[in-house]
Amino acid sequence: MNNKSNTRRSMPPWKYNLWVGVFFAILFSVFMLIYIATIRIEYTWSWYKVPSTFLNREVIEITSEIDGKVAQVDRKNDEAVITVENETERKSYTVPAEDIRVNQGDLIYYGDTLATYRKWRAGIILQGLWITLKCSLFAIIFGIIIGVIGGIARISDNPALKWSAISYVELIRGSPLLVQIFIWYFVLGTMINQLLMSYGMKEIPSLWYGVASLACFTGAYVTEIVRAGIQSIHRGQTEAARSLGMTYGQCMRHVVLPQAMRRILPPLAGQFISLIKDSSLLGIIAVRELLKATREVVTTQLNPFEMFFTAAALYLVITFSLSMFVQYLERKTATT
Amino acid sequence: MIDARNVSKTFFVPHQVKALVDVTTKIAAGEVVVVIGPSGSGKSTFLRCLNHLEIADEGHILIDGIDILDRKTNINKVRAEVGMVFQSFNLFPHKTVLENITLAQRVVRKRPKEEAHAKAMTLLEKVGISDKANAFPDNLSGGQQQRVAIARALAMDPKVMLFDEPTSALDPEMIGEVLDVMKTLAREGMTMVVVTHEMGFAREVADRVIFMDDGAIVEVGTPEHFFTAPTHDRTKLFLSQIL
Repeated sequence: MNNKSNTRRSMPPWKYNLWVGVFFAILFSVFMLIYIATIRIEYTWSWYKVPSTFLNREVIEITSEIDGKVAQVDRKNDEAVITVENETERKSYTVPAEDIRVNQGDLIYYGDTLATYRKWRAGIILQGLWITLKCSLFAIIFGIIIGVIGGIARISDNPALKWSAISYVELIRGSPLLVQIFIWYFVLGTMINQLLMSYGMKEIPSLWYGVASLACFTGAYVTEIVRAGIQSIHRGQTEAARSLGMTYGQCMRHVVLPQAMRRILPPLAGQFISLIKDSSLLGIIAVRELLKATREVVTTQLNPFEMFFTAAALYLVITFSLSMFVQYLERKTATT
Repeated sequence: MIDARNVSKTFFVPHQVKALVDVTTKIAAGEVVVVIGPSGSGKSTFLRCLNHLEIADEGHILIDGIDILDRKTNINKVRAEVGMVFQSFNLFPHKTVLENITLAQRVVRKRPKEEAHAKAMTLLEKVGISDKANAFPDNLSGGQQQRVAIARALAMDPKVMLFDEPTSALDPEMIGEVLDVMKTLAREGMTMVVVTHEMGFAREVADRVIFMDDGAIVEVGTPEHFFTAPTHDRTKLFLSQIL
């Protein structure tokens, strides 16, 4: 039970409140300093440009595919059917009735606009956010699979399994993620795509090399986390399970791993939070994730301050949600 | 039921210790054998060798005629017939009491859910805690946990039950409830090998008492023999220290 009113503080209330005030004063001054600095350099804040990078309304034009005359404009509630005809052809267009540009009897040439309508469309930032989420999710799933297999192999008695796991972990942990992304894309990617093409198959998009590099990278750390988790489960648990006639696999699946998983949730969450942040590196191999999308917006809208703050806030939202979700899982799997 | 011939075992970690030296004994079906001896005498190691949790270096151990030290033996099949109760209970903390008892029935014995469930409830009734079926082990007292552990082992319908100091981790007031369950089992004709310091239990329930010291069997006999006229000096010394 977490009962705050029962917590005794080491200082009197007035002092405590004073220091709370100091905290907010610091926070306020930091923001003010940044604001004053931007005024000094005559930065024009243009936050109003930000919403359109999330959602914007796109105008869609419906054009005639034939020359001829408008034979009929038939309005029905929100929709209308425009029929265009000439001596040889007759074509009907069903359009939303919000902006019809022609009337019955109008002469129409090929390519003329018959009607327009506006549709909500995800802006580039929202698309980037989606790519970031997609990359992270796939990398997390594959990372868990690699990590569980790796973790079990790491504690195996079989030298082939054990040494493979050790080599994998040391190799991956010993080099920067950026280098690994380059290797996945420019070395392995080139090899795989050229091989695929020589067999007449389609190339794999760069996104999947990005996912592979992240999954591989995070898998190594998850391997170590899983190993530590398994080893932290008391030997008595394995002995009890085995003494009941369970095989090693059954014991792992039903007894050790479920307990280990619960114990490793916090470090796992930390690992996946850094994975989400690391996905921002994928922009360099032409994956248009959140940061790359942000940079593209900045080059056109010229509002770097707003956009980079926005990107940071979005990353914070994702990582914070993940850590909330993990806390929920921890509570849900609690046994006392 | 159990036939151990010339079993030896040496530990090398943390330092070289001869845990078992040429241990030979036979335990018949329905017999209750209590193994006593000072700590480090190898009695727990002997018990753990009987279901292959420790692997004996030399000798043969036959459980119901099957040599468990033979590489070709499927040890999981043998272990399913040999129930074990540990000093520290070793219940599965992530599973409820009921799930603790049904897990191995379902996974190893492949029993349908209803059958495993019914069996578990019968056994919980027997050990007197059917009202805790849906509790988690951490919310139970030590005595209750140990009784669940006994029920868990019994659910497999074992031919032999091994008890490794089942009451040593319990508060004194809870020892009785666990011993009562064990006494009932013994009366029902279960083959039992019990490592314990509970001399009262040995005196009352055991068909035979084995005294071990320094990894070897020093003296074997009926409880009357042991507690009235032990022959070996080491037995006399040990008994005088604890009684």
